Amino acid sequence: MSEDDVDRPDHKRRHFLVVATAVTGVAGIGAAAVPFLSSLKPSARAQALGAPVEVAISSMQPGEMVRVLWRGRLVFVLRRTQAMLERLPDNLEDLRDPDSEVVEQQPVYAVNEFRSVKPEFLVVEGSCTHLGCAPLEDFEVRPGENWGGGFFCPCHGSKFDLAGRVYKGVPAPTNLRVPPYRFVRDDLILIGQDTGAA
Amino acid sequence: MAKIEAEVGKPQGGFMKWIDDRFPFTETMKYHATEYYASKNFNFWYVFGVLAFVVLFIQLFTGIFLAMNYKPSAADAFASVEYIMRDVEWGWLIRYMHSTGGSFFFIVVYLHMFRAMLYGSYRKPRELIWLIGMLIFFVLMAEAFAGYLLPWGQMSYWGAQVIISLFGAIPGIGEALVEIIRGDYSISDITLNRFFALHVVLLPLALIGLVFVHIVALHEVGSNNPDGIEIKEHKGPDGIPLDGIAFHPYHTSKDLVAIIIFLIIFAAVMFFAPDMGGYFLEHANFEPANMTATPEHIAPVWYFTPFYAILRAVPDKLWGAVLMAGAVLLPVFLPWLDRARVKSIRYRGWIYKSALTIFAITFLVLGYLGTMPAEGVYVNAARIFTALYFAFFLLMPYYTTVDKTKPVPDRVVYHG
Repeated sequence: MSEDDVDRPDHKRRHFLVVATAVTGVAGIGAAAVPFLSSLKPSARAQALGAPVEVAISSMQPGEMVRVLWRGRLVFVLRRTQAMLERLPDNLEDLRDPDSEVVEQQPVYAVNEFRSVKPEFLVVEGSCTHLGCAPLEDFEVRPGENWGGGFFCPCHGSKFDLAGRVYKGVPAPTNLRVPPYRFVRDDLILIGQDTGAA
Repeated sequence: MAKIEAEVGKPQGGFMKWIDDRFPFTETMKYHATEYYASKNFNFWYVFGVLAFVVLFIQLFTGIFLAMNYKPSAADAFASVEYIMRDVEWGWLIRYMHSTGGSFFFIVVYLHMFRAMLYGSYRKPRELIWLIGMLIFFVLMAEAFAGYLLPWGQMSYWGAQVIISLFGAIPGIGEALVEIIRGDYSISDITLNRFFALHVVLLPLALIGLVFVHIVALHEVGSNNPDGIEIKEHKGPDGIPLDGIAFHPYHTSKDLVAIIIFLIIFAAVMFFAPDMGGYFLEHANFEPANMTATPEHIAPVWYFTPFYAILRAVPDKLWGAVLMAGAVLLPVFLPWLDRARVKSIRYRGWIYKSALTIFAITFLVLGYLGTMPAEGVYVNAARIFTALYFAFFLLMPYYTTVDKTKPVPDRVVYHG
C-alpha cells in the first residue's frame, strides 16, 4: 500500500455499504408498511357492528317488501306472491345470468330458479352491482314493455327481475347479490350468517 | 482579495445583508420575480395560474376555520355543518367561501389548462411542467371528492358510493381494494373519518408541494407566450431576452387587477348564488345521508360531470370505468400526441383550430349531459361526444402532422 492510498476513499466499501443499507431499508419499509396498510382494513369494531341481523317475517303480507341494514348495506326481504313466482321463468332469454352461474353473487343454497332458500322469500342486497346505488322496486307488470316487475336502478338504468337477476343491455354486470342468511325459525330470518343452514 | 471586491457593490451591513448571508432571500426574489423575465405579450389567458394560486390560498385559509367547527363523524357531521351555517358567527360566509372556492378552483384550472392547449405550453421544453400540472389536477380531483363526502348529505353519500364502487370494477383485486378504501363493508363513519384526514392533511400537503415544484420547473424553462416562441433565443447584450420583461412589477401589477376582478365575480356568486342553482351545491345534499334510499337523480358536482357522462355512455361496468379513467388520463400525453411544427394556435392551420374548437364544445356538452338523467337521447348524445373526445386525442398525431401551419415570427407580435 502506497502513501497515496491512505487518503483515498475505498469505493468497494462504499458500494458495499450502499447496497447493504438499501436492501435493509427496503425490507424495513416493507415491514413498516404492514401495520399502516392493515390499519386501513375494517377494524374489530367495524367487524363487530357487521354482526348478523334478525328479520321477523311473520307479519309480512304477500307482495310486501322490507328494507334492513346489514353491515351498513341495504338488504331487501321480499315476500313474493304466487303470481310473482309464476312469472319468473317468463323472460329467461332477456337475462344475462338466469341460472345464477356467477359464483360470488349468491351462496350455493340460493343457486336455484328462485335464488332463495324458500321460494316465497327473496333476500337480496339492495345495492346495484353496477356502482352501488339502491335500486327502486317496481312490481307493476307492464307486458307492453316486457316488464314482469322487479327492481330498477335510478342512477344508470340497470334492471333486475323479481329474483334479482340482471337484464341484458344494462350497465350492471351481475345479478343482485344474495347475502348469506338462514331461517332460524319459520318466521325469523338471520341475515349475515348461514352456518347450519339447510 | 477577490472576495472583498465582490462585496463592494453590495450595501454594507443592514438587516437584509444579515439575512442574505444566512438565507438566499434577495437571490430567490430576483430569480423568481424581479429578474424573472416573462414575455411582454401575455394576454387575458395568462392570469389563471395566479388565480389558481389565489383560490388555493382561499381554500387553505377557510378550510382551517371550518375544521375548527366541523366534526368528522357520521353522527355529527351533517349537524356540525348546519351549526357552522346557523350558530357560528359568520360561519355561513366562511363555508360558502370554501364551497364556492371548490367550484372556482376547477373553473380556473380548466381555463389554465385550456390556455396551455391554445398556445402549446405543454410542448418541448415544458413537458415536465405539464406533467406536474396534470398531477396537480389529479390531486385536486381527489381533494374535491374527499371534501364532498364531509357534509354527509345524500349526494355526499351516494356520490361517494358510486365513485368508490368504480374501483370494484378492477378485475381480481377490486372488491378487496374497495374495502380498504372504505375501511368498512359500506361507506360509514370510518370512511368519513379517513376522508377527513385525507382532505385536510395529506392531499393539501401534496397540493402545496406540487404547486411549488410546478413553479420551480416553470421558472427553470421560462414561460411560454401567445406566439409560442422561445424568447430566450433573442437576448440583448445584457443577457436579458429582448421580448422579456421582469415578472415583478410588470406582470404582478396586471395580475393584481385580474385578482380584483376575479374576487368581484367570486363574491357575487358567494353572496347571491352560493348553490348556483344546484350546480355548486346540489339540492339533494341539503338532506342528511340515508343509506336506504338513493336520490331520484344522482350526479356528481359539475366539474366531474364530463367524465361522468363518459362513464354512463358505456353499458358495461368495466369498460365504462376504463373509458372514464382513459378520458382523465389522456391529456397527460398531449406533449407527445401533438406533432405540429408550431406551438401556438396563431400559427396553426384550420384543422387544429377546428379540432380544438370541437373539443372545447365536446367538453362542455359532456359536462351538461353528465348532469342529465341517464336516459334515451342523453345517453346516445353522450356516446357521440365520448367518441369526439377520444378522437381529439387519439387522432392528434395524424391531424397535427398534415395541418398546414404558418411561419412563426422570430420575435413576439402584438395583436391590436
